[in-house]
Amino acid sequence: MRKNLIAAMLAFICVLSSPALAQEKIRAIATFSILGDFVKNVGGDRVAVTTLVGPNGDAHVYAPTPADARALADAKVVFVNGLGLEGWMTRLVKSSGSKALSIVASSSVKPRRSADEHGHDADPHAWQSVANAKIYVANIRDGLIAADPAGKAVYEANAASYLGKLDALEAEVREAIAKIPADRRRIITTHDAFGYFGAAYGMEFIAPQGVSTESEASAKDVARIINQIRKQKIPAVFLENISDERLIQRIAVETGARIGGKLFSDALSDEKGPAPTYIDMMRNNIREFSIALQS
Amino acid sequence: MLYETLIAPFVEFEFMRRALVGVCALAVGAGPIGVFLMLRRMSLVGDAMAHAILPGAAIGFLVSGLSLVAMSTGGMIAGFVIALLAGLVARTTELKEDASLAVFFLISLAIGVTIVSLRGTNIDLLHFLFGSVLALDDHTLLLMAASAVLTLFVLALIYRPLVIECVDPGYLRSVSRLGTPVHLIFLALVVINLVSGFQALGTLLAVGIMMVPAAIGRFWARDITPMIAIAVAGGMISGYAGLVLSYQTGIPSGPAVILFAGILYALSLAFGTAGGLLRKLFPGRHLEA
Repeated sequence: MRKNLIAAMLAFICVLSSPALAQEKIRAIATFSILGDFVKNVGGDRVAVTTLVGPNGDAHVYAPTPADARALADAKVVFVNGLGLEGWMTRLVKSSGSKALSIVASSSVKPRRSADEHGHDADPHAWQSVANAKIYVANIRDGLIAADPAGKAVYEANAASYLGKLDALEAEVREAIAKIPADRRRIITTHDAFGYFGAAYGMEFIAPQGVSTESEASAKDVARIINQIRKQKIPAVFLENISDERLIQRIAVETGARIGGKLFSDALSDEKGPAPTYIDMMRNNIREFSIALQS
Repeated sequence: MLYETLIAPFVEFEFMRRALVGVCALAVGAGPIGVFLMLRRMSLVGDAMAHAILPGAAIGFLVSGLSLVAMSTGGMIAGFVIALLAGLVARTTELKEDASLAVFFLISLAIGVTIVSLRGTNIDLLHFLFGSVLALDDHTLLLMAASAVLTLFVLALIYRPLVIECVDPGYLRSVSRLGTPVHLIFLALVVINLVSGFQALGTLLAVGIMMVPAAIGRFWARDITPMIAIAVAGGMISGYAGLVLSYQTGIPSGPAVILFAGILYALSLAFGTAGGLLRKLFPGRHLEA
């Protein structure tokens, strides 16, 4: 009888304390919007995510603000992409005096060398392959568990369900690509961000600029691309949400290639846009590829 | 072989022909402006202007998003306001032109950064607004040609007072009241040339083709009219040679053009007949009657 009473009291205390626990969310930082979306999906209600580079922003040339440094100082865990995407991040972490646990989401991803013949740096856009996105999610899950062991069960369950969605997405991507004739799987884009996508799904992406959005194109590069489009009969050129589109329009006019719709590579769109989450982004991109390349 | 290197790129590719027309139009308008700026010791105004137009571009962005027309118009208006304010302050107070321009462009830059951050975005507006010589469309070419024509026409109208203003402003003030209006009209031309150059070609090319050929001309001529002719020719030659250089070697086009202009400048510095280094070291015999 007495044992039962104690058990009941314990249960009551648990019930009382659990909402209190839920209110005290784990503060996490993600450096850019796509990573933020992953952390949101794995963390669920237990985690409050702050994204430093917001929708449609360019992480390559981002300048951090004091508000970012403050958010970083309060954070318990920080997620970065790695592979050289956030050059400014290490300095920001140091200057904010943050004691947060720092997790590199791309660790154990096999890095691609950049497609540019001069560059020997790793290509940072690893999330463009869904298989890599699954590695990101696993790393994020482990990072959240390390920062907040009490939430282990929740994070594992969330990650498992999100990984399931990513598997479905992977199948969707492969199915869509399979419908495009093999000799038409060639595309020109403004910034060389689709290397991992191309390697994973058998598409060829050619860019008029190097890997970073900062470099300026030379007449030689542009002439090479125009010749290539003419010679290999590349059917479509695409604009991205962050690059100067005038150059691509010029190339399209000169070659007669079709200008495809808007692709999202480095940043998600805002809530109203076509790519507010990672899964929406990938769906948007394969839809645009299919439309431009099929006929 | 020579044809392959020097002419074939322009025959084969339309973007190369457009680039060539673009730099030539810029050289025609910006050459004389650069010479006058140099003579008035305002050679650095171009760089200041590249920052001063930010608030206008930002307001254009707030009103109609990422639209080149809105942002260029806003930038042009901001440039006019800054140039006019700086010019008026320099005319009416003790502060010199360069100092007042520095103050106004810094304030303007601060306002611009503030406006951009209000929108909560970190898109680099100027990076978006500033174009590339390899990507000139019909509108941009027309804009550049129109600004070159306007520049030549207005310069022809105000040429005499402007030249006197450059060499002896005190004299002009004593014989005419045209000094201040001519100065302000000239500043307006500067802004038109720079802003149309920025959005077509980017800052480096727009400012570079304005100032470097002017300095080249200074080493070959003592009179203003031949100096202008040499500056325009120097700008065109640099533009053509720079494009060929960029096509053959893969150096980005803007830097290639300015590097070539830099080589011409170094040659002029050494061999120029009007104050070049060799002439100074080994002066010719005085001509005697």
